[in-house]
Amino acid sequence: MESPDPIPISALQHWRYCPRQCALIHLEQAFDDNLHTARGNALHARVDTPGAETRAGCRIVRALPLWSDRLGLSGRADVVEFLPDGTPYPVEYKHGRRRVRDFDELQLAAQAICLEEMTGRSVTEGALFYAGSKKRRPVRIDTTLRQAVEDCTAAIRSTFAAGRLPPPVNDERCRECSLRDRCQPEALAIPEQQRQLLARLFEVDE
Amino acid sequence: MQLLNTLYVTTPDAYLRLDNDTLRVEVGQDTRLRVPLHHLSGVVTFGHVMLSTPLMHRLAEEAITLTLLDANGRFKARLEGPQSGNILLRQAQHRRAAEMAFALMTAHACVAGKIRNARQVLLRGAREAKSESERAQLERGGNDLAASLRALPGAIDLDTVRGLEGEAARQYFARFNLLIRPDRRDAFHFDGRTRRPPRDRLNALLSFLYSMWTSDCRAACEAAGLDPQLGFLHVVRPGRPALALDLVEEFRPFADRLALSLINRRQIDTTSFVEREGGAVLLEGDARRDIVVAFQERKQEALQHSLFKEAIPLGLMPLVQARLMARAIRGETEGYLPFVFK
Repeated sequence: MESPDPIPISALQHWRYCPRQCALIHLEQAFDDNLHTARGNALHARVDTPGAETRAGCRIVRALPLWSDRLGLSGRADVVEFLPDGTPYPVEYKHGRRRVRDFDELQLAAQAICLEEMTGRSVTEGALFYAGSKKRRPVRIDTTLRQAVEDCTAAIRSTFAAGRLPPPVNDERCRECSLRDRCQPEALAIPEQQRQLLARLFEVDE
Repeated sequence: MQLLNTLYVTTPDAYLRLDNDTLRVEVGQDTRLRVPLHHLSGVVTFGHVMLSTPLMHRLAEEAITLTLLDANGRFKARLEGPQSGNILLRQAQHRRAAEMAFALMTAHACVAGKIRNARQVLLRGAREAKSESERAQLERGGNDLAASLRALPGAIDLDTVRGLEGEAARQYFARFNLLIRPDRRDAFHFDGRTRRPPRDRLNALLSFLYSMWTSDCRAACEAAGLDPQLGFLHVVRPGRPALALDLVEEFRPFADRLALSLINRRQIDTTSFVEREGGAVLLEGDARRDIVVAFQERKQEALQHSLFKEAIPLGLMPLVQARLMARAIRGETEGYLPFVFK
């Protein structure tokens, strides 16, 4: 039997933001840029070039491919610092400032789980670097985060397997979303309105 | 959603090339135009226009579609990057086309959109009619179309739907001369639809506008990941963009209205056409350019869509509708809802 394609680590973050956005990107291969994604791309142009250097006894590796066969995840870490004892320490670059919700932590935890499987060492901490504030924030990879990665991966896998888009959320998230036009949240969020318009399609308005 | 420009190049022997991040149009030794690529969503060339491969690479990369039309506006070819196209959606579309109930429901909707919009063209003509008898005739036309609209849900197979559509078109075009200003009726007289080739000026004008709308609908289907060749109302035939033709039905009355305003405002004249031996009538080169300009301007006009809060530029409507079609095919909505003009 064909093993399922690994889920991109980035899908976890998309899923956490909006399951429909995640499915549009990964299932329908939709992608539109907006201001937020353009900023992200500009930032990542700097960290996306593979390479390694050594600083203060730490080996710093950029754009490192990651995977977990156990969870069926694959992706790439912006930066992984290998501490002098060989323990990997993932650092994820984010444009803007620290965000209220936990998407970034989730992504970092997924990276940590991959690094554990790849190196056989336990990864208990990573960091988020916010380009807006130039602040680096350490994140504990605890059991709650690990469980969230597992749950999220399972939910994504079952949606992808079913091949169906989750319904639009049509809330404040949509304002910031680059896929708004493709998603058509306004048009699809109220099935009742659509049904009524369809029912009246053959009536003559005077 | 931003309405980016489509660059239409109608000048024969123009050469299009990439110049850093701009597209440069040269004719002979002259540079006629420079357009930054980020202002463009599409490039459309008519007839003998040349372009460089570096430009083609860049257009593909930036997901700017390149469409090649012949000098009369008929579709020849299209270049697009790897972004669009979605196998799951196409698979669903093929399944749906074989599902009789869905195909019939979608065909009903496409024809209803066309009839409703066509009826608005006649009723508007009636409101503006100068004589009582013309007003009455146009209103009667509106009533005939209303009857066709009401009959649609009862059409239980596609041939019956197509029959109703054809009958509605005959009723509509039978009144079309009344929409032309009386002092323009000698120059623009309509005696039924003729195409391939059009045999009078009005038909030549309509054919040209329809082919531009169809080209936009085809691009919209492709941008939405749909297969433009597999339709519901229109029968599949090699080379025929059946789904784009389904989608364009609701937009034809917009082409008709533009044709009427070009004639009634004297923006085009008898000198805009050439008559070939045997009776075929073709648009003359400069007139084509003027019509393309008028078409582009009309596309900027924002109209209210029943499903959206904000008004949407007419030029984006095919894409909006193609996406609604994709959603209907995917089963996210109960059926396809055409864009209906109030």
